[in-house]
Amino acid sequence: MIHIKGLTKYYQEVCAVNNIELTINQGEIVGLLGPNAAGKTTTLRILTGYLSPTFGNVQIKNFNLTKDILKIKQLIGYLPETPPLYKNLLVYDYLRYLGQVRDMHKGFAESRIKQVIAQCGLQSVMHKNIGELSKGFQQRLGIAHALLHDPEILILDEPTTGLDPNQILEIRNLIREIGQQKTVILSTHILSEAEATCDRMVIIHQGNVVADGTSQELKQSSNFSPTIHLGLKNADQNEVSSILSRISGVQNIETKQDDPSDHLHFQIRCHPDQDLRERIYATIKNTNWTLLEFYQQTQTLENIFKELTQES
Amino acid sequence: MGRLAAIWRKELKDYFVSPIAYMVIAIFLLITGWFFFSSFFVQGQASLRSFFQLLPMIFAFVIPALTMRLFSEEFNVGTFEMLITLPLTLRDIVISKFLAGITFVAAMLLPTLSYPLFISLMGNLDWGPVAGGYIGALFLGGAFTAIGLLTSALTKNQIIAFILGTLFCFILAIVDKMLFFFPESILDFVQYFAADYHFQNFAKGIIDSRDILYFLSLIFIGLYITHLLLQARE
Repeated sequence: MIHIKGLTKYYQEVCAVNNIELTINQGEIVGLLGPNAAGKTTTLRILTGYLSPTFGNVQIKNFNLTKDILKIKQLIGYLPETPPLYKNLLVYDYLRYLGQVRDMHKGFAESRIKQVIAQCGLQSVMHKNIGELSKGFQQRLGIAHALLHDPEILILDEPTTGLDPNQILEIRNLIREIGQQKTVILSTHILSEAEATCDRMVIIHQGNVVADGTSQELKQSSNFSPTIHLGLKNADQNEVSSILSRISGVQNIETKQDDPSDHLHFQIRCHPDQDLRERIYATIKNTNWTLLEFYQQTQTLENIFKELTQES
Repeated sequence: MGRLAAIWRKELKDYFVSPIAYMVIAIFLLITGWFFFSSFFVQGQASLRSFFQLLPMIFAFVIPALTMRLFSEEFNVGTFEMLITLPLTLRDIVISKFLAGITFVAAMLLPTLSYPLFISLMGNLDWGPVAGGYIGALFLGGAFTAIGLLTSALTKNQIIAFILGTLFCFILAIVDKMLFFFPESILDFVQYFAADYHFQNFAKGIIDSRDILYFLSLIFIGLYITHLLLQARE
């Protein structure tokens, strides 16, 4: 559906997007993740035709970004980062204006306006000035703006910023619902949001794609070794280290002595593919140590994200 | 075509929804009315000469005030991003905004038609120069609108857009009155650049293709540079 080939964008000397290659299939919900200034917004802006790439090309369906930009703009519904809207128009007038600019048939536009107003929960503000709306309603109107012409591709730049937790849930559900038939690309730096809504995640760092896959794939692919945390009482530090290090699969053991407390805290790094919890528990059972804490820290998206985007 | 009309309608609506439009029209009528009638009874001539003589200078202030928001505001609020990602070409956007501007100028001139009506009741008015003057006023308004649009596309600060627009328009409006500053060899050349000179031909009732060509090229150049400026923003 969308093929991004060697996409590069320079702002004067600064490279915002560096040689991005990405293929997005029909019906996928793809999350673009990355720290601020990673190049997410720039990538989305190029896809929507707001910016033109320095090098590289984008193919959407059979259309080429440089040659058939108008056709591509027809296919795409776009929600910019903070939805910029005409403050002195009424909500309904704005959507009607949008329908006219998009050259939609009058009847079709009318029925779509009704539909998106219901979908985005805008009934109560239909005849209000856009400038008077709260941030949440403006964001929803932004989403309505993106949905109005029933586009095949939806591009959402941080769709849930400024919304309260209930609205965030509503919008996520809406995105998932839309994503059943449409292709959705959204950018966010809220990882739980990406995990909750997206089929696939693409992590961008300093203009490069550094990871691409489902959250499961990302977790498996990283060479993260699980760490088991132990809190023990009535134990001797050296004894514990020597006994536990005999278990096969243990890579190293670190001790952390929290001064005021009377127990010892150990961090046991394990071999990446092994779950050592049972063996460690069995070993501890045979001693007279008192077990206060025992948990395994597993790979989270936050960790992967940190690993991939913190170096340099 | 429907798209152009939609933007044109929206821009016009924007003008008339906000109080600024009415204020500008009121100021325009006040200034032109006062200048016109203060000399009208002294001269005792049934003509609109004094009105048309001042029009370029008044337009040089009033029109940039109208056009300053056309792009600057969109850049500033960010709505330009929305506009540009709609299936529109830059040309559509520039032309529809220009047409909205010139429509407003026409709406602003409309009440001044009461002056010739009033004069014709009092004396024997020659309608030729009046018709020429109004046609010329539309051309002049169009040229200044194009210049105002250009300066509006330069910056997201409306004040800067206004000041620059006024500067350019004002130069075009007065340069033919400053001819004694220029060396004789380039006098004709400078005079040809003066918008006022071409407009005054219209106001005499002479509709010359050279004057029409001058204003049309000014409009074309203004809109073309605007288009280039918008393109450069990408």
